[in-house]
This record gives sequence, structure tokens and C-alpha cells, in this order.
Amino acid sequence: MSYKGAPSHTLLDSMLSIIDERLAMLESQSKLRKKVYHILIETIQNVQNHFDKNLYQNSQEQNAIIFILAKNDDGYSIITGNFIPNKDIANLKAHIDKINQASKDEIRMLYREQLHHGELSEKGGAGLGIIDIAKRSGEKLHYEFKDCQDGNSFFSLKVIVSA
Amino acid sequence: MENFYLEGTSKTPLLDFNAGTGKFVVEGRSIPENSIEFYRPLFEWLDKYIESPQANSILDVKLEYFNTSSSKCIVEIFRKLEHLQEKGQDVLINWFYEEDDEDMQESGEDFQDIIDVKINMHMIEEE
Repeated sequence: MSYKGAPSHTLLDSMLSIIDERLAMLESQSKLRKKVYHILIETIQNVQNHFDKNLYQNSQEQNAIIFILAKNDDGYSIITGNFIPNKDIANLKAHIDKINQASKDEIRMLYREQLHHGELSEKGGAGLGIIDIAKRSGEKLHYEFKDCQDGNSFFSLKVIVSA
Repeated sequence: MENFYLEGTSKTPLLDFNAGTGKFVVEGRSIPENSIEFYRPLFEWLDKYIESPQANSILDVKLEYFNTSSSKCIVEIFRKLEHLQEKGQDVLINWFYEEDDEDMQESGEDFQDIIDVKINMHMIEEE
């Protein structure tokens, strides 16, 4: 299942409900189903929170986000993509690299620390999104920045969820 | 003081806070994009409750899903209960999770790690 378009709350909400129903029918392992759905909500809201409508005000093509949910032999892959200004890359990359280098226990500590001390941002983010995604997935996060040669890059994040 | 009651939806939990009995329930899904906006009225209600509380307050948390933005609000609710406990009242939190939901169990443990109120863990067995 895949989506490319504006990050409309209503549209994404209905897609999430459809996926919820389909997963309930297709995925017999309730543990895996919950994990997939949880990570899906978190990744999509993460993209929505960081979506910057000012980047491409006049371009419908680029004023978009993508997400893909794919089922493979041993689980699922969730891929999200959105445009970000090049100046934000360094921080985001450092954040993900730090999480990727951390052990399972260290990620849990990071999570608790952020839960304890972090403040909610204006957009409703808690600085917890990517930590939570990594904690639940238990796998390294794959990411890529593709330079659009206009001051922005396309950021994609791939999360693997296996049983 | 009036009770605080809000029906659950597909994105927000049932909130049933009874000022007369000190029994509180949060149940369902908590995945709104902006959770502060959703929980703010409850925070304000709790602040008033703390001024004239029952001797015993018990909060049951039975969540199926919650997003990270809600987790900060749950911490905020727990902190208010912690404050109540510091004032000498009895406070208890019951955290329910389904048998196969290790993530939800871990979340309860994560909250216990940073909150001074006792969180009792309850496993709901599969039927």
C-alpha cells in the first residue's frame, strides 16, 4: 500500500483506518499487527509534524509526502518520505545515527530520559518519535537524503518490522 | 465538583474521571496529532480536583495504542497524581496490557521508572 500526496489529516486518517482493518484481516499474529500499526502511526505523524509547507508553496508535485507499507517474507517495511531544508539535515542525521549506534537498553534509556525531561513542542512532537520507532522496531533505521539542488533534500526513512 | 467525562473515539480515549469516588479511567486509543489540545481540559480539571481530593484516588489506564505526543500528556497526568500523593493522599495507578503486548508492558515500566506513584501492572489474558 502506498500514498503520495498532501499530508492532509483527514485523508491520512481514513488511510490509517483502512490499513487497520486490512491488517486485522491479513495479519494473524496480533503482536506483529500491533507493532506495525503503532510504528505506522508514529512514522506518519512524525512526517506530518515535520512537514514544512513553506518549502514548495507553488509546486503540487513537491508539496507532498509519501508513505509505503510493504509486506515481505518475514515481516513488513514502512517507508516515509518528505522534503526538508538542507540546513536541517545535520541535526536529523546526527539524531538517527546516535539511535542506530545505541544498544536496545541504551535506546530504552534515551527514551526514558526524553520522556522525563523533554518538553512538548508547539507542533505536538515530543522529541520521542524516532526513538520510539527504533525501540519498537528493534532494527537499525535506514535513511537517505537526496539533494534536490534547490536548497532542499528529499528525506526518506525505512523501518523494518519483523515478527 | 463536576465529574470529567469524554466518550472515546477512534483516535482519542474514553476519559472518565469521577470526583465523588476518586475513580479515574483512561481507556482506548490515544493517537491525536495534537495531544496537548486534547488533554488540556483534563489537566485543568485535575488541578481543581487536587484542591479537594478524595482520600483514595485510583487511575486505571487501559490503552490499546498511544503515540509519543500522548505519552508526554500521560506523564503530565501521572505528575499531577504524584503531587496529590505528596500532599498525603493515597494514590494508585493500574496499568493494563494485553498478554502479547510487550511494548505496552514496557511502556508501563518506563513510566514507573520516572514516576513516584506506584504503578500496578495487570496482564489481560487472551480469551
